[in-house]
Amino acid sequence: MDLRFTPEELAFREEVRAFIRDNLPADTRDRMKLGHPPRKEDTVRWQRILNAKGWGAYSWPKEWGGPGWTAIQKMIFLEENLMAPAPELLSFNITMLGPVLIQFGTDAQKSRFLPRAANLDDWWCQGFSEPGAGSDLASLKTAAKRDGDHYVVNGQKIWTSTAHNADWCFVLVRTDPNARKRQEGISFLLVDMKTPGITVRPIISIDGSHHLNEVFFDDVRVPVENRVHTENKGWDVAKYLLGNERTGIARLGKSRERVTAAVAMAKEVNFGGQPLIQDQIFRQRVAQLQVDMKALEITQYRVVSAYDKAKGAGKPDPLSSVLKVKGTELLQATTELAVDVSGPMATPIWAQELEALNEPDDMLEASSAGTGAYLMLRAASIYGGTNEIQKNILTKAVLGL
Amino acid sequence: MDFEPSDDQRLLVESVTRMLGDTYSFAQRKGYQALPEGYSPAVWAQFAEQGLLGLPFAEEYGGFGGTPQEVMLVMQAFGRVLVLEPFLPTVVLCGTALNVAGSADQKSALIPAIAEGSLKMAFAHSERQARYDLTDVITTAKRSGNGWVLDGSKTVVSHAEAADKLVVSARTGGDRHDADGITLFLVDAKAPGVAMRGYVSRDDSRAADISLSNVSVSDADVLGQVGKGLATIQRVVDAAIAATAGETVGAMEAMNEMTLEYSKTRVQFGQPIGTYQVVQHRMADMFMAQEQGRSMAILATMSVDNPDEAQRAHDMALAKVGIGQAGRYVSQSAVQMHGGIGMTEEYAVGHYFRRCMVIERLFGDPAYYLNKLAAEVG
Repeated sequence: MDLRFTPEELAFREEVRAFIRDNLPADTRDRMKLGHPPRKEDTVRWQRILNAKGWGAYSWPKEWGGPGWTAIQKMIFLEENLMAPAPELLSFNITMLGPVLIQFGTDAQKSRFLPRAANLDDWWCQGFSEPGAGSDLASLKTAAKRDGDHYVVNGQKIWTSTAHNADWCFVLVRTDPNARKRQEGISFLLVDMKTPGITVRPIISIDGSHHLNEVFFDDVRVPVENRVHTENKGWDVAKYLLGNERTGIARLGKSRERVTAAVAMAKEVNFGGQPLIQDQIFRQRVAQLQVDMKALEITQYRVVSAYDKAKGAGKPDPLSSVLKVKGTELLQATTELAVDVSGPMATPIWAQELEALNEPDDMLEASSAGTGAYLMLRAASIYGGTNEIQKNILTKAVLGL
Repeated sequence: MDFEPSDDQRLLVESVTRMLGDTYSFAQRKGYQALPEGYSPAVWAQFAEQGLLGLPFAEEYGGFGGTPQEVMLVMQAFGRVLVLEPFLPTVVLCGTALNVAGSADQKSALIPAIAEGSLKMAFAHSERQARYDLTDVITTAKRSGNGWVLDGSKTVVSHAEAADKLVVSARTGGDRHDADGITLFLVDAKAPGVAMRGYVSRDDSRAADISLSNVSVSDADVLGQVGKGLATIQRVVDAAIAATAGETVGAMEAMNEMTLEYSKTRVQFGQPIGTYQVVQHRMADMFMAQEQGRSMAILATMSVDNPDEAQRAHDMALAKVGIGQAGRYVSQSAVQMHGGIGMTEEYAVGHYFRRCMVIERLFGDPAYYLNKLAAEVG
C-alpha cells in the first residue's frame, strides 16, 4: 500500500500541465474560463493538437495509436485537461467507439475508423436511447432487416448528443424481433450520417443550447460490413461500452474548475456590504464541496489503481457507480454554487444581442455561461444511466439483492 | 499509488480478525463491558501477544515498527466489533506523544511496557471550557525546586481510570489561548493529588474527569520541551483522527452488513424489506457513504506524517469532516432501516451508532473542522 503519487506520476502531471498551458489555443481557453462550453471548432482543433502529440487517443493501447498510459496516468491527464479548462476529448470517439472497435472490431473496421476517430476527422455520435427506451435501454425498437449485404434500418433515436455535428453514428438496432430475451436480438451498427433516409431534428435544452437531437431512420441502408461483432450480440458491445464510459465519468476536474471560478467571482460581488467571499455561509459551502471533492478524488484513484492492478481484466468495478453518482452530484452542486454567486446576473442570456454589443462584460458573460452550465448539468444525473439506475446497479452488484 | 494492502498487511488483518472472531462476539463484548475495568484484561493480554500494542513503535523499543497504514487496518478491524480496550489512548494517543516528544530514557522506560501490555496510559489534555480548542489550557504547572506542581482539571479523558500513567498538558507560561507555554508531563495516575470522577461514556467505554491538586512531578517527567507541547498535542490529535477514521470505516462496514442481512430476513407486506427499492436505494446510499468515508480514512492515514504542517492540517480537516459525516449518515440510516429493533439496547446497531457519535466529537467535530476549512477559502 502506498498512498502517495510516485515521483513518475508527479512528473507526468507536470508534463501534462505544461503541455496544456503551452498548447491550448488562447481563444479556446478564454471562452472556457468564462464558463462557455467549447464550440465544435474548439473541440476539433484541440483534439488534433493532442493527437499530434500522441495523446489524442489517450485511453487506447499503443498498437492503435494511444500513448499506452496506466489508468492513473489517464486519470491525471483527464483531470488536468478539465482543470485547464480545455475542451474534453470527444467521448463518443475516444472512450466509446475506440475501445469497442479495439475489442470487437474487424481489422478492416479498426484500420478504417480508429485513426480518423483519434484525429476527429470523423465526429461520432451515439444512437442508443429511443423515445420508449431510456433507462430501460433493452426495450429499443429501431429495426434493422437484412437485405442482401445491407441492413435496412427504420426507427427513431432520441437525446442523440451532437448528432448535428456528427459524420458517423454507432447505433443499437433490433435485428431479431423474436429473440427469447430482449437483449439477445440487438446488433451494433456503424452508420454514415450522410446515408439517405437519415433526418436529424434539433432538441433545444433548457440552457438554450442545441446539444441534443432526434434522429430518424427511414429505410437507411447500412452495409453489413459496418456491423460490429456478431449479429444479435450487440448488447454485449453496448455493455462493454457503457462499462468503459464509467472511468472518466466523475469529471472531478470540471467541478474543481467551477469552484475556482465561483470563488474568484465571489471576491468581486457584493453581499451585504462586503465581498461575498467574506460571508461565512458561502465559505462553509465551499469548504463542504472541498471535502466532498477530496473524497471523490481518492475514491476515483482507488478505482483506477485497482483497474491497473487487475490489468484491466476485471469486471467493471461497482465503485464506478459511486463515481457516477457522487461525481454528477458534485457537478450539479458546484454549478449551483456558481449560479448563486452570480445573483441577479445569473438571469440574462448571453446570446446574439449581448454578444453583438462588442463591449467586453466578463462578469455578465461568465454569470450567464455559469447559468448555462448549471442548467445543462441537470442532465448529468440523467445521462449515462440515471443516478437511480446506478443505485439499482449497486443494489445488485454490491448488496447482492 | 497503490491501495492494495501488502501481503504482510493482509496477514496482520487476518490474524487480528481471527482473534476478534474468537473473542469479540456481541455477547462476549457485553461481558467485557460488565467487568470492573469496562473492558477485558484478558483480551488486552492477547493484543500484547499478537504484537498489536507495539504496533506504531520502533523495534529497538520492543515495537512492531508499523506505519499509520497498519494502525488504520487494525483500527478498522476494531471498529467492526467495537473493541472496548484502551488501545486508542494507550497506543495511539500516548504512543504518538512518546514517539514524537519522548526522550530516549522515557521511551525505553515506557514503550516496552506498553508493548508487553503491562502499562496503560491516558491522554489528559481536554478541559471543559476549551471545547475543541487545543490551545485552551488553564491547568497550570508551576516551578517548584527541581520539579513542577500541577493544578487544574481535565475532562472526558478516555480510559483514565485504567491508566497507570497519564500524559497531562499544563500551562507553564503564556495566557489561556496562547500556542506557546503549554507543556506535557508524564504523571503517575496514582500520584497524590490526582483524583478521578469516572463514568460510562455513550460508547460503553469508561472515561473520567480528572482533577489535579498540588501534584508534584520531576523534570524527568517533562515530555518534550517546556512550553512547546502544542506541536506534540497536534500530532496526537492527527494520529487520533487517522486512527478513529479507520475505526469508523470498520463500524460502517459492520452496520451496513447488519442492515443488509436484516433487509433479507425482515418480512413485511409478504416480502423481505430488501426487495423494496426505497430500502435498496437507502442501502446504496449507505454503501456510497462508507466508501467515500473509506477514502477519507485513507487521506488521513496518508497525511498523518506529512511534514508540511499546513498541508497536513488542511488534509486532516478534510478527512475529519468527511469521515464524521459519513459515520453519522450510515449510523442514522442503519437504525432507521432496522426500525424498532434498531432502537433497542440489546441489539448491536445502536452501539455502533453511539461509538460513531463519540468518535465524531473526539478532538473536534465536523462543524469545527469545516469552520477551519472555511477560514482558508479564497
